[in-house]
Amino acid sequence: MSIEVRNLTFTYAPGMPDETLAIDDISFSIADGQICGIIGHTGSGKSTLLQHLNGLLKPGSGEIYIDDACITDGKTKLVDIRKKVGLVFQYPEYQLFEETVAKDVAFGPKNLGLDAEEIDKRVRDAIAVVGLDYEEVSEKSPFELSGGQKRRVAIAGVIAMNPKILILDEPTAGLDPTAHAEVISMVKDIHEKLGIIMIFVSHNMRDIANLSDKVLVINEGKIALEGTPREVFAERAFLQSMGLDVPPIVNIVKKLEEKTEDFTTEALTADEAADEICAYINKQNR
Amino acid sequence: MIRDITLGQYYPGKSVIHKLDARTKIIGTIAFIVELFIVNNFWGFLIAAGAMFAVIGVSRVPLKFIFRGLTAVFVIILFTFVINLFMVDGRVLWHWWILTITYEGLRRALFMAVRLVLLIIGSSILTLCTKPIELTDGLEKLLKPLQKVGVPSHEIALMMTIALRFIPTLMEETDKIIKAQQARGADFESGSIIQRAKNLIPILIPLFISSFRIAQELALAMEARCYNGGSGRTRMNEIHFKKKDMVAAVVLAVFLGVVIASRWI
Repeated sequence: MSIEVRNLTFTYAPGMPDETLAIDDISFSIADGQICGIIGHTGSGKSTLLQHLNGLLKPGSGEIYIDDACITDGKTKLVDIRKKVGLVFQYPEYQLFEETVAKDVAFGPKNLGLDAEEIDKRVRDAIAVVGLDYEEVSEKSPFELSGGQKRRVAIAGVIAMNPKILILDEPTAGLDPTAHAEVISMVKDIHEKLGIIMIFVSHNMRDIANLSDKVLVINEGKIALEGTPREVFAERAFLQSMGLDVPPIVNIVKKLEEKTEDFTTEALTADEAADEICAYINKQNR
Repeated sequence: MIRDITLGQYYPGKSVIHKLDARTKIIGTIAFIVELFIVNNFWGFLIAAGAMFAVIGVSRVPLKFIFRGLTAVFVIILFTFVINLFMVDGRVLWHWWILTITYEGLRRALFMAVRLVLLIIGSSILTLCTKPIELTDGLEKLLKPLQKVGVPSHEIALMMTIALRFIPTLMEETDKIIKAQQARGADFESGSIIQRAKNLIPILIPLFISSFRIAQELALAMEARCYNGGSGRTRMNEIHFKKKDMVAAVVLAVFLGVVIASRWI
């Protein structure tokens, strides 16, 4: 599985007075098994881009290839795209509607026309993958659950469709720190268990640095930066000029670097920073 | 899909029509509608249409935009036309089986169709050129005298404001939910009518829940700002009649006079 986007352009309300260019000639590719983090301002075009990958929006121009098959030529059936690409929207708990958690998670697989046995198996698997206990929650109403649990159920609803590519639009928005940490470790788990391509949008630079193999920075409908987290977060001044930032720990070690003479750093995570600082102190003491 | 409905939409602009006092425009529109029913011959309609297109010209709203609103009510216009065409007795022009077209029927049908078209375009100019908030403010002021006889003018205006304010929010919400369910493989475009109605459940339930949530948040936000009804409430933008409005009133009066005079042409 791989994704390739070529010269994608999209305009909202073309020909109307409030016409806006949301995506301006974007090209990128994601290799099999990668986690890709996307950062950018509200209104930079991230969500619009994600909706293209799932066939919900048709591009003004440009092509999207999933596994070397073009999904934007108008011939591909939408159901087939959605079987391959699972998209979890922002605040996905607002799309829950069924009487029980199990029925809600089964909505997606049912739409794919699977038989009852397969649906049941997928529902059990998906609920387990998101870290919930099937016996405990399956017969509950989704509206009785806590915020973090609701969100997991909604994500399970998409995972149950067995996507080869899973897209999460701000999966941690509006969660408290505990639920936030749970969702992030769940994202890691899903990737480990399923090994699929994952794309996630976040405003939390620490999560981006910890999870991604590849980072896309989107600004005003264009790709401003692209690369590994280390490459992208090395451009601290440029990110800050766009009103974005680097992970907090990077800011700390970079300040240390400025204030000490022979301390240089490339740390992205707290662990790496701790190692570098310890090494420096040991060297000084010697 | 839902965005194609232009009836009741606002078209941003800076024309004189946009800047007129909302009250002037409301009264003007009512006068225009009344006048459409005073007219008894095609000359009157010609004058009305001329005046209407002059106003559209001044407002700089593209004609394309205005006519798009008509397509939504096309069926109603067609229905009225056909009913009138076959149901009026008089001088027979054409006859086949049980269908008869008379001269009077044709005249009446055309008359009604023109009246409806003018009615719809005329009233859509009001909403196209007036911000919803200004519209309800104007309405509140116009209804104020009726407060003495127990008409809750402020509450009516507030309800209208909230309803109008939340149309785009709910549209956006609907759009989001539709997309989310489509991403889960839901299909809203095929199947029998019953099947399609059933398919709406995954949209309607989340939408209901969202509306209640939004309503509750709004009520809390209003209470947090000490909202307690209309009495003694001042506003940031007081509306006043200006010179433009006097000019508009004179133009309107002349127009009405001409139209009434057209009855005797």
